[in-house]
Amino acid sequence: MAKRRLVLTFPPKLVEEPITYRLIKDYDLVVNILRAKISPEEEGRLMIELSGEKSALKRGVDYLNRLKVNIQPLARDIRWLEEKCTHCTVCVSLCPTEAIVVDRNSMKISFNKNKCIACGACIPACPYKAIEILF
Amino acid sequence: MAKTIAEINEKIKKGKVAVVTAEEIIDLVQKKGIGKAARQIDIVTSATFGPMCSSGAYFNTGHSKPKIKLGGGRTYLNEVPVYTGLAAVDFFLGAAALPDNDPRNRVHPGEFKYGGGHVIEDLVAGKDVKLVASAYGTDCYPRKNLETWINIKDFNEAVLFNPRNAYQNYNVAVNLSNKVIYTYMGILQPRLGNANYCSAGQLSPLFNDPYYKTIGIGTRIFLGGGIGYIAWQGTQHNPDVPRTKKGVPRSGAGTIAVIGDLKKMSPEWLRGTTLTGYGVNLTVGIGLPIPILNEEIVQWTAVRDEEIYAQIIDYSDAYPKGKSDSLAEVNYAQLKSGKITIQGKGVPTASLSSYAKARKIAGILKNWINKGEFFLTEPVELLPSVDSGITFKSLRERKIR
Repeated sequence: MAKRRLVLTFPPKLVEEPITYRLIKDYDLVVNILRAKISPEEEGRLMIELSGEKSALKRGVDYLNRLKVNIQPLARDIRWLEEKCTHCTVCVSLCPTEAIVVDRNSMKISFNKNKCIACGACIPACPYKAIEILF
Repeated sequence: MAKTIAEINEKIKKGKVAVVTAEEIIDLVQKKGIGKAARQIDIVTSATFGPMCSSGAYFNTGHSKPKIKLGGGRTYLNEVPVYTGLAAVDFFLGAAALPDNDPRNRVHPGEFKYGGGHVIEDLVAGKDVKLVASAYGTDCYPRKNLETWINIKDFNEAVLFNPRNAYQNYNVAVNLSNKVIYTYMGILQPRLGNANYCSAGQLSPLFNDPYYKTIGIGTRIFLGGGIGYIAWQGTQHNPDVPRTKKGVPRSGAGTIAVIGDLKKMSPEWLRGTTLTGYGVNLTVGIGLPIPILNEEIVQWTAVRDEEIYAQIIDYSDAYPKGKSDSLAEVNYAQLKSGKITIQGKGVPTASLSSYAKARKIAGILKNWINKGEFFLTEPVELLPSVDSGITFKSLRERKIR
């Protein structure tokens, strides 16, 4: 099983295309929608986790590329601004996936983008606005 | 073998002073014993870095031409109102102040993106801030309006003056209700979903001198990256609380009021702070040197997280109602492990106070002393201790007819 977390951006003409349906039916992928929005300009954005066989995953992504869906790794949309972080750790207990963890010796935070599902629970908790989700 | 502060300062001058942090002293006392540690070590540096309510700064802007009397009028720094009821061009900026048009908690939880604490951080970062004032005008101060950019360098005085900082111990906050609550102790998940604490524990200043035998008015400290002084006991100073056998308070106890030159401080150690659904504040870095005058004091500085207990308080009901019912007691070693057990349930813990930054401050202060840049002061008067009769009372309301 392979897994990828992506942010998909669709131009207006693709807004009505049943892309997640195709990914499931035609490419046999498990699709987990983390976030979705359509902007006033009718540009659609979908934060998505795809998992399945490695080859199926590649074919699914090729399909998205053919449709001219813009694909970005999710990690690029989540930022931990280390210079703003005080390592207070107040966000840690709110993170459901242990993407934010504390080293109990240094008592410092580290952030693993690959574990982050962009739920946003940490964002209102951070007193210093040290985490951003650009979605 | 008792030492004096004057003798320790002499050693600093000669570059022969022995300084360790409040973490390092723990092992040292364990290995060498109290007697030897007291002889060898001259100073233990303690520190804390956390959101500290009751902080602020006062300023003198100098006089404009023609002159304006800000006192009695309205004055704003970056739209945050300051207190002008002092004089013509002096004012006080409180860390918790909010712009008049901030929506606050009208849509709960409010975001509280910017306030007094953030203005202080911007000023120490060297950013220009917008000073806007309106006044009523007098014969000697005729001007009624003022609008200008101002920089920290432009003020005659910019002085950090925090009436209550460095709480000696604090509650562990939890939520027993069925909905999320937004508090000054952070976001608390329902049904004991998490537990938040706010102290550096074994590194925290007042835990290392629990009866204030070396700390008092005039004690020189690390404050916000610069030099500060203890001005007075802090508000809500409450020394006479239950303590462990070793004298460590089991709940919030002593506090300090601190003062220092804001112009010499740094944005790394004074941070504007947002507490969603609660408000704004200032996170302050404080480092306190403790002179090892005798064996009793070195023993106190060797206090470990395992020996420091805090009370777990329900912030959905007991706290807002002013009931001090504690659900249980935990120590800071348990809190720092990331998980505690309350009513049989495993609860993840998190801190509002940064232990990593407190450790850094203790190291910086140690370095300043070793380099001969920081000397100790003899307090003019020690902080009131358990025998002072000082207590922290609730407000007794009386009907106004």
